[in-house]
Amino acid sequence: MLGRGEIAIVGAAESTRIGAVPEMSQIMLHADAALNAMAETGLKPSDIDGVACVGPMMPQQIAHYLGITPKWVDGTGVGGCSFMLHVRHAAAAIHAGYANTILITHGESGKSRINATPRPPEPESLNGQFEIPFGPFGPPTLFPIPVLRYMKTYGVTHEDLAMVSVVTREWAGKNPRAMFRDPITVDDVLNSRMIAYPFRILQCCLVTDGGGALILTKSDRAKDFPTKPVYILGTGESVETNMVSQMKDFTSSSAFRVAGPTAIEAAGIDRKDVDHLMIYDAFAHLPMYGLEDLGFVKRGEAKDFIREGNTRPGGKLPVNTNGGGLSYTHTGMYGMFALQESVRQMRGTAPAQIPGAKISVCHGVGGMFSASGTIVFSNERP
Amino acid sequence: MIAPGRPKPKPTPETKHFWDGAKEGKLLLQRCGDTGKAYFPPRPFSPYTGTRNVEIFQASGRATLHSYVIHHRPVPGFTPPYAIAVVELEEGPRMMTNIVECEQTPEALVLDMPLEVVFEAMDEEISLPFFRPVKEGK
Repeated sequence: MLGRGEIAIVGAAESTRIGAVPEMSQIMLHADAALNAMAETGLKPSDIDGVACVGPMMPQQIAHYLGITPKWVDGTGVGGCSFMLHVRHAAAAIHAGYANTILITHGESGKSRINATPRPPEPESLNGQFEIPFGPFGPPTLFPIPVLRYMKTYGVTHEDLAMVSVVTREWAGKNPRAMFRDPITVDDVLNSRMIAYPFRILQCCLVTDGGGALILTKSDRAKDFPTKPVYILGTGESVETNMVSQMKDFTSSSAFRVAGPTAIEAAGIDRKDVDHLMIYDAFAHLPMYGLEDLGFVKRGEAKDFIREGNTRPGGKLPVNTNGGGLSYTHTGMYGMFALQESVRQMRGTAPAQIPGAKISVCHGVGGMFSASGTIVFSNERP
Repeated sequence: MIAPGRPKPKPTPETKHFWDGAKEGKLLLQRCGDTGKAYFPPRPFSPYTGTRNVEIFQASGRATLHSYVIHHRPVPGFTPPYAIAVVELEEGPRMMTNIVECEQTPEALVLDMPLEVVFEAMDEEISLPFFRPVKEGK
């Protein structure tokens, strides 16, 4: 059994620039972040013996591009939370002795679309037969489909959902790397351009370019590196369905309810011990679903918890402190950036640092509500 | 006929019966031989128990509006604003669809409103199941 804190993140870096990065293709965004993570740890490609990145045929592209000869690879691609699953799988692999030093990379030219991943609709797939013919066109038309049911079930108002964007922007205002930093109000959100009712543009994530990389190894080796180690206390993962229309419960994610509690229980922590929380916010409803499905609040209470200011700067449970996918950056697979912010908070180097934070929970979602991964971090080894 | 440009589904061996039924104006579901519960989308085994003992049957076509978005941006084959809806069939399963013969507004599209299936042809091969509000007194 993998021990709490047995594996640590010793390298963590984003691409040198994020946002609009037209000078880099997608594979170079992977490499730029990987080189930055290796540089801060003093590692060379020849020191890395495991590689994880998203998608079919990708581990070999990234390994060869960087000059790595891995003895362990993982190409798990379940959407934007794939990196949480990579962390989980990498920790298990290091524990098992399959590899010693694992590099996880992400790069996505989501805005500039230089060598970007094509997303062709496949008319023979179940989505192609039973969803696409009815007019969904990308995540803004699919991810919010459950929202009206959630609103009706729990009496959530448009103003409640707008508050998520307002609070997230407050955090972004503290982060010089965030794409959008100017404060916004509930009225600003509710008067912004309609995209797919009930969501307006300020309730939808950004579309940016960027990359990120993580390096994991045994915590016993962590003293060999100049960086402050961030220990992995617990991990969880799950999937439900890649057809949003087939989600069992439109007010709650099955994948969240498995991944989140699995990670929290493995970490052996109480929810009240959590100092910092990242919930992948591709759209404004996700922090609400995350708070409820991970058990930080009861079902239907996230709206009150957020309205009362608990997740904003100075609140008792800071959420999405980098400015989130809504205001910081969102390349298409934002999970890597949520992980980077958890690592920064645990290192004490975040732009909006939570004083004294010791435990960070990082919760990802992928492919609408189809997949989920959760990691519990600490800067103290149990 | 449906406006051109809309993405057309391509049936597979496991879904052909559904699209053949749609062409004849029938909404076909499948039922698990172990539990008797209906399921969707089509597959030749039960997602509840894994049994291959399943049967195809014609659904009533009655449904309620479970949730939706109203898309405001242009998409080939669609005229915005248009609702992308999920309906809950009387037999239990849910499916994505469009709501026809109805204003595409939050005021007209009320959750849990009763709906009934109506088929429209894309071509000789494919007809799509849409849903329309049930008229009062029906």
